[in-house]
Amino acid sequence: MSSDYESDWVQYISAEGQLTTDGRKAWEQLSDQLKIQFYRWMTFVRLFDRKMIVLQRQGRMGTYAPLEGQEAAQVGSALALTDQDWVFPTYREHGVALTIGFPLTHVLLYWAGRVEGCKPVSNLRYLPPAVPIATQIPHAVGAAWAAKLKKEQTVAVAYFGDGATSEGDFHEGCNFAGVFQLPVILFCQNNGYAISVPFSRQSAAKTVAERALAYRFPGIRVDGNDVLAVYMVTSQAVKRAREGQGPTLIEAVTYRKGPHTTADDPSRYRPREEVKHWSRQFDPLTRYQLLLKNFQLLTDSEEEAWELECKRRIEQAIKEMESLTSPPPTHLFAHVFSDLPPALHKQRLQVKQKEGKEHD
Amino acid sequence: MTKWTMVQAIRDALHLALQSDPNVLILGEDVGRNGGVFRVTDGLWQAFGDERVIDTPLSEAGIIGASLGLSLNGFKPIVEIQFMSFIYPGFEQIVSHIARFRTRTQGVFSAPLVIRVPYGGGIHAPELHSDSTESLFVHIPGLKVVTPATPTDAKGLLLSAIRDPDPVLFLEPLKLYRSIKEEVTDGWYEIPIGKAKVVRRGEDVTLLAWGAMVPVAMETAKYWENKGVTCEVIDLRSLYPLDEAAILASAKRTGRVVIVHEAPRTAGLGAEVAALIQEEAFLYLEAPILRVTGYDVPVPMYALEASFRPDVKRVSRAIQRVISY
Repeated sequence: MSSDYESDWVQYISAEGQLTTDGRKAWEQLSDQLKIQFYRWMTFVRLFDRKMIVLQRQGRMGTYAPLEGQEAAQVGSALALTDQDWVFPTYREHGVALTIGFPLTHVLLYWAGRVEGCKPVSNLRYLPPAVPIATQIPHAVGAAWAAKLKKEQTVAVAYFGDGATSEGDFHEGCNFAGVFQLPVILFCQNNGYAISVPFSRQSAAKTVAERALAYRFPGIRVDGNDVLAVYMVTSQAVKRAREGQGPTLIEAVTYRKGPHTTADDPSRYRPREEVKHWSRQFDPLTRYQLLLKNFQLLTDSEEEAWELECKRRIEQAIKEMESLTSPPPTHLFAHVFSDLPPALHKQRLQVKQKEGKEHD
Repeated sequence: MTKWTMVQAIRDALHLALQSDPNVLILGEDVGRNGGVFRVTDGLWQAFGDERVIDTPLSEAGIIGASLGLSLNGFKPIVEIQFMSFIYPGFEQIVSHIARFRTRTQGVFSAPLVIRVPYGGGIHAPELHSDSTESLFVHIPGLKVVTPATPTDAKGLLLSAIRDPDPVLFLEPLKLYRSIKEEVTDGWYEIPIGKAKVVRRGEDVTLLAWGAMVPVAMETAKYWENKGVTCEVIDLRSLYPLDEAAILASAKRTGRVVIVHEAPRTAGLGAEVAALIQEEAFLYLEAPILRVTGYDVPVPMYALEASFRPDVKRVSRAIQRVISY
């Protein structure tokens, strides 16, 4: 990590859990209910994430992309959106998914290798995760473009990481967003690494945010481990977009505490000291818990009770997911086309005969 | 009825689509004020305005990716890519997203856009303007690929593609853009995707072709007719899905098949068609199925273009071989 990650960022809660001057103003604007929501979702997401790693180790889940360390960036930004806004995530956005209301069982299904986990739910516009890097950025731009043409108030958000900013689709998406002044938010979680490659190898620019200058829309750098700052910055971007003032690029500076996925070993590419430094100094949840306790909005027993509740909900969802029977092999053909072409129909019949099943 | 070139017929289809559905958009490079590099969209920007006929940045992945987003949120984008040789930056959007959006969302969304792409050679275009890489796209599950060989088919197939609930790659043979004029029916009509067309009846040899190779096959058939050999010429029109029934019926009747395509030979669509015929009609065959194709070399600059593209002579040699086998 470069040592100047703190330069020119928006920070409302210091690493010690104290409000900054601007932070105090923001804090006063928010309801206690929302302040508790920040804590509750970050805790839920963290416990979910830790449980997923256990499940993967037990062989009950496939390869999984952990997000610990990025809870504030995900929860803070997601709580600034409504269920009518379009969200185009990557494979690490389970925190966004859960916070915005995407069912936990779907997230579990996805990592268990089940396509049903991709299926959007009817009351949300949360799309399946993009797996190729940066490809979802033009999609968000297009959805925002449609909203603008239809004069809808919805915004579209593309989530991506620092590695994505090296891809052509990042540029092409930003460029369209700028040219057509679209209601889109380009939300980058700069977690320092694209698998093993540090941000310094992605760009000679010191920040992601400064790249917005060339597209002529605002680029805002925010302490991505500060849930309050992330929420406020995203809310402002949403407001700008809804008011027809065009796109915003947000760079949430954060840190992926664990591996890229359960299939890699980060000690090969990151110094232990760096991980300790970020985990100790900048942990988004610890920092926020300190703040809430300072304001008497959270007690130890409430904390304990909520953690138990989270674990109960997670366990229940796992049970539910594991009890859902997998669709039959003919499901391979279920949604390839609106109507199956004859040759594909023939292939489906072969599968059906092989399985000796008459239903699907 | 009006006598039109393929360019005019496609423009008429686009005009009808823009007129009949306010959600239809045309996007691409130079498609607006300039009317497209081949003037296919000429006049549409003037008629429908900047929000329906949209000049985009020079950005194929951006155009195709943003069109997916537009289609999710209610629009029907018709994308123009200037040349097939320039579609590749958008290939990832097609293969990883557009073609599998219906599957990945389990039918909740699809990406029913139409991507129009001029393709093939024969017009002395500059380097890297004459690719014929249809098999790259035919290989992608979830995508339909069609190509017309006449103005009438161009209009009817394009209107079908626009109405289709799934994404369609619409390949327009450059060589045929202005070389044929024919009466084209006024108003909206559709030619179904997935149906081949028998353009000439014959008893002795089946010639399978598409796009700019259809006239080559026809000319060869005429040449052989004088020598007492009748060729059945089938224009596949739909490259995915293939009209297997039409292909097999003809192959079974004649027992001799020659497949003609402009694309390089190895893993070209001809290989797939040949495999299909030998699987389903082996005992009907009187001779090996032959392919007359572009060579497995980069599409040449135009000085050598005529040596690369199949012509009457090369198709004739193949016919000679299958009838004397």
